[in-house]
Amino acid sequence: MSDRALDRVAAATPQPVARKIKGLSDRAIAWIFVAPTIFLLLAINIFPLIWTIRLSFTNYRANRLNREPEFVGLRNYERILTDSDIWLNMQATAHFLFWTIFFQVLIGFTLAWLINKKFKGNDLWTTIIVLPMMLSPAVVGNFWKFLYQPQIGLFNYIVGFLTGKDPSSFEMLGQVDLAPWAIVIVDTWMWTPFVMLICLAGLRSIPDYIYEAAEIDRASKLRQFFTITVPMVLPFLMLAVLFRGIENFKMFDLVVQLTGGGPGSVTELTSINLKREAFEKWRTGYASAYAIILFVTVFGLASIYVKALNKVKER
Amino acid sequence: MSNFLNGLMKFRRGPWEAVATVLIAIGVFMLMQPFALWLFTYSFIVTLVGTVMFIIVSHFPE
Repeated sequence: MSDRALDRVAAATPQPVARKIKGLSDRAIAWIFVAPTIFLLLAINIFPLIWTIRLSFTNYRANRLNREPEFVGLRNYERILTDSDIWLNMQATAHFLFWTIFFQVLIGFTLAWLINKKFKGNDLWTTIIVLPMMLSPAVVGNFWKFLYQPQIGLFNYIVGFLTGKDPSSFEMLGQVDLAPWAIVIVDTWMWTPFVMLICLAGLRSIPDYIYEAAEIDRASKLRQFFTITVPMVLPFLMLAVLFRGIENFKMFDLVVQLTGGGPGSVTELTSINLKREAFEKWRTGYASAYAIILFVTVFGLASIYVKALNKVKER
Repeated sequence: MSNFLNGLMKFRRGPWEAVATVLIAIGVFMLMQPFALWLFTYSFIVTLVGTVMFIIVSHFPE
């Protein structure tokens, strides 16, 4: 394009609207729109984070407002990281995290794969399967407490019926060896539909022509599953694992409702312990250090996970 | 291996991110393992170094 033509195009281009209105540039208007969000982000996320980091180096107690907090250096971190009870809580959290994610991915993917097959009434089944995740965790907790009752609970009755054991001979929520599995079962029951929905979105995004091409190439069903279905659903599956991993790391309500952290402290996950330190013992500085340790762990894990997710998507 | 070391020397993102990722993974494992309390004690510093390193090196050139 010649210089003259370019000049004509430039002259014909209307002035940005912003310049006509009170002389504000587009950039200034953009900042005006974005500023409230940035302000809220700073006030709700960034400021509390910085404040928590500051508190984690003090012996501050939120129930003793008149007492001036003292700087204690790294003492809070040192006490947390040498406490064998907190170490056990971390192990309980790891057990809960690993098995809930394992079962939710396994069952969620299987259900999605079955629902994706076109059959009569599949919409109805989808709705029924999705119901548990629509309930409140408090309701689910109470509901499963009844199911786990040794005398009248349906769960015990079914296990007894299938294994021949006396239903009242075991107590899912009261036995040290069974309670960690009881919370895994409830969380899996509640959140498998979430994983299923994400997997279903992934399965439905695979175009039919890829399977048709594979059929023409005489690829077996098993080969199609492992070379088409699994790789194409993997980014969705990884996203589901990320969401569930972060959510379950801070799991609180459901477990408090079911076991309250007991028997003993076998189901006392880190978030329950953190709440006890912060709002029952009122060791705010100590609890802040605890929260920072959990935050760094989740942040680090999420960072590498997002990187892995991007790599899978690039493929 | 030599590519990896060259990348580290030239401050390239890939190898440095790999180092940070390994540190985070080791840190999280140390935090949640049931074998030794001293591993738990040093887990936070390992995870913190890995996480801070990850944030910094993700701004390195490819």
